[in-house]
Amino acid sequence: MAHDHDHPDHSELSEVERRVRALETLLTQKGYVDPAALDVLIDTYQTKIGPRNGARVVARAWVDAAYRDRLLRDATGAIAELGYTGRQGEHMIALENKPRLHNVVVCTLCSCYPWPVLGLPPVWYKSAPYRSRVVRDPRGVLLEFGVTLPADTEIRVWDSNAEVRYLVIPERPAGTEALGEEALRALVTRDSMIGTGFARTPTEPT
Amino acid sequence: MIYTTHADLGGRPGFGPVVQDATDSVFHADWESRVLALTLAMGATGCWNIDMVRAARETLPDYLDLSYYEIWLGGLERLLVAKGLVTAEELAAGRASHPPQPFDRILMADQVAAKLAKGLPTARTPTAPARYRIGQRVVTRGAPADHHTRLPGYLRGRTGIIERMLGCHVFADSHAQGLGEDPQWLYTVVFDADELWGTETAPGHRVSFDAWQPYLEPA
Repeated sequence: MAHDHDHPDHSELSEVERRVRALETLLTQKGYVDPAALDVLIDTYQTKIGPRNGARVVARAWVDAAYRDRLLRDATGAIAELGYTGRQGEHMIALENKPRLHNVVVCTLCSCYPWPVLGLPPVWYKSAPYRSRVVRDPRGVLLEFGVTLPADTEIRVWDSNAEVRYLVIPERPAGTEALGEEALRALVTRDSMIGTGFARTPTEPT
Repeated sequence: MIYTTHADLGGRPGFGPVVQDATDSVFHADWESRVLALTLAMGATGCWNIDMVRAARETLPDYLDLSYYEIWLGGLERLLVAKGLVTAEELAAGRASHPPQPFDRILMADQVAAKLAKGLPTARTPTAPARYRIGQRVVTRGAPADHHTRLPGYLRGRTGIIERMLGCHVFADSHAQGLGEDPQWLYTVVFDADELWGTETAPGHRVSFDAWQPYLEPA
């Protein structure tokens, strides 16, 4: 992510880039931050923590009934079994989608999101249209994601306004009985774990 | 005191369709990742808590015109100045002209992984029994708060049912005001959509949120 060349006069920096550089320089000079820690933090959220973590949890729940039960009973503990803990995932609840129940997660007040299993949220999740509308017209919003649900399916919207974070367990796609856990992981999309998508079917392009 | 949040968006009309991002990347520019890192690193100094951060962000007057990481940047700058860690002049200059203020701790690179893995759990040991039980009908507080709160406007004065007990947690409203952790029982409360939106809603649509006990009264 580093610039491949430096401009000593910073003349082509945007206003916000100038502001952020000024802030970083100032906080470093004051000794409030360790510049090396900033790089580690960025690398963590860019390369180490992302929705493939959640996909491991979901695929395990699909193939291992005992794990699924633990996940539904104590999601924080079951997710920690796979090594995912901590910041913005301290108190987890898993929500299981079923044939007549579809769960979808939002934070109408800001952008609360289960970082250890899904990484940082996508822009649309943090945007005013999603936050304002999904609690009021979830079917309309889901349609914009290409998700249509039968009329008799209950839609449950979870506004994650406190420090509890929610992970949706999407339904296992039909025709995947022969697939192993690793192959199943590839079918679990980020959006399916927020509730704005389904898991992929094996024939769908990724 | 009048407290105005610009972040309470649930149910507000006029924002148009959800726009998905074709690139779908976590950061769209280097500066966004720097703002994330600076925010997390400063959070680790112990100069403020996450609820104070949310309060600083949601009261930015131009909140709705800002991009996500511009909101984070504005919130961080505000807190730094409010806590006396930097001056507005220093921010503008990008150069320290006063000695640093004392602070609890600095987050070093080799501590990041352990710190993130530990997180900041908010569950606390209860000191009093819960007032409500699963299945009980409750009504949410009707009046707006004159401080940071996590009771969304669209859920004020509405009747719902306690679905789950979540234990005792640090109470965001008190925490944001610097009044300590003030742990309170937390419950998942579920509402039928027609209680929230009237007849416009499709059947089989329910909404839930996590309510600290002070947000609730018996129905």
